[in-house]
Amino acid sequence: MADEVKLYGFPGSPYVSRVTTALNLKGIKYEFVAEDLSNKSADLLKYNPVHKKVPVLVHNGKPISESLVIVEYIDDAWKGVPILPQDTYEKAQARFWAKFIDDKCTPAIFKAITNHGEEQAVAEAQEQLQFLENELNVKGKKFFGGDNINLVDIAATFIAYWLGAAEEALGIKVLSKDKFPKITEWCGNYINCQVVKDDLVPREAIVAFFRKRFGNA
Amino acid sequence: MGKSSEIKLLGTAASPFVNRVQFVLNLKSIEYEFIEENLFCKSELLLTSNPAYTKVPVLFHENKPPLAESLIIIEYLDEIYPNIHPILPSDPFERAYNRFWANYIDTKFFPLFMEMRRTHSKEGKEAIKKQIIEASQLLEEAFVKFSNGKAYFGGDNVRYLDVVLGCFLGWIKFSEKRNEFKAFDEVRTPKLLEWTKRIWTHEAFKDAIPNTETLVNFYMMLQKYKP
Repeated sequence: MADEVKLYGFPGSPYVSRVTTALNLKGIKYEFVAEDLSNKSADLLKYNPVHKKVPVLVHNGKPISESLVIVEYIDDAWKGVPILPQDTYEKAQARFWAKFIDDKCTPAIFKAITNHGEEQAVAEAQEQLQFLENELNVKGKKFFGGDNINLVDIAATFIAYWLGAAEEALGIKVLSKDKFPKITEWCGNYINCQVVKDDLVPREAIVAFFRKRFGNA
Repeated sequence: MGKSSEIKLLGTAASPFVNRVQFVLNLKSIEYEFIEENLFCKSELLLTSNPAYTKVPVLFHENKPPLAESLIIIEYLDEIYPNIHPILPSDPFERAYNRFWANYIDTKFFPLFMEMRRTHSKEGKEAIKKQIIEASQLLEEAFVKFSNGKAYFGGDNVRYLDVVLGCFLGWIKFSEKRNEFKAFDEVRTPKLLEWTKRIWTHEAFKDAIPNTETLVNFYMMLQKYKP
């Protein structure tokens, strides 16, 4: 029996991007169901009644929500290219950094964005980014996952593509090349991966989104 | 008799996130050394072993670098000791479903109690109580689905969500007394209420849930240093 895989999301979402990248890595065919978040479908409300958010993956009728939970599910349920390290300790560390990105990094970056690059907010965001810069330094490889992308790279999608667009939209700088040479290089490498690139929306669209949402009048 | 496994746990008795790891260590009969941390005067060990968060719990296993974040530690322990009292199910969908609710408990449910502590106005507290009651309702429905008529989230045995939610029972009770309300009650959340009584008396939990005095002392320190 063929697998039925549906992904509910909207194309400009970095969290949806995490899931499409994971699906692409495993070569999984899926149906993308575009959601209008101002007018959520009955299906979305049925499949994610708790949060009413995207992404939601529905695999043979069973829904899974929360992007990192979905990515781990994809790795569990399908063989092929591994998304998490095989070694137990390395796996735990990958989960740690993915969680760190959600717990600390992204909120701090968002604060810098919504505060239009206010000095203190930028400093705090950079403090969190420094941990990721150190990780890449220590690893000395192209990706957080080494020669290939893994859970951490996927978790950091927002930094790879959305952050730069926000910086351009608002005329601010958080991820400066001189402070974060490794992450800067990583961003280019990451968005060039076919499994990522295939589903990225045009950068101008994201710049326009940030400008409209957070730009000065 | 516990297994000697060269495990050290850096933590604070009053931290439910630390208790969470302790429950799993107890369930798996793993011996460990507990290193008490003072969260109001953080040690060099904590600052160097978990610089990203500077929080407990931190797990040290054999000669590996330290590991932080309670849910991640639990999965790690489950993977290195898979044959003794498994915590997570093996089915991918069941695992995802469990992890989803753990995320809900940690990001939506328990933070309400933390917010309650920091809220001083009557209106503010009433608003949070309402949110806690709504969240408890969702957890009751989840419990019914997971337990399938049995005693625990894990069915016949204590498993992942029993640990993930069970660790908060001490603080929940403390907050209920202090703020004169019930998060779980016979009318709205009867199954969860019964579940809490089983957890309170469970072998692996009852020694690890801190007593009232420990919680009161910790609460006073929180009010003083993190109002």
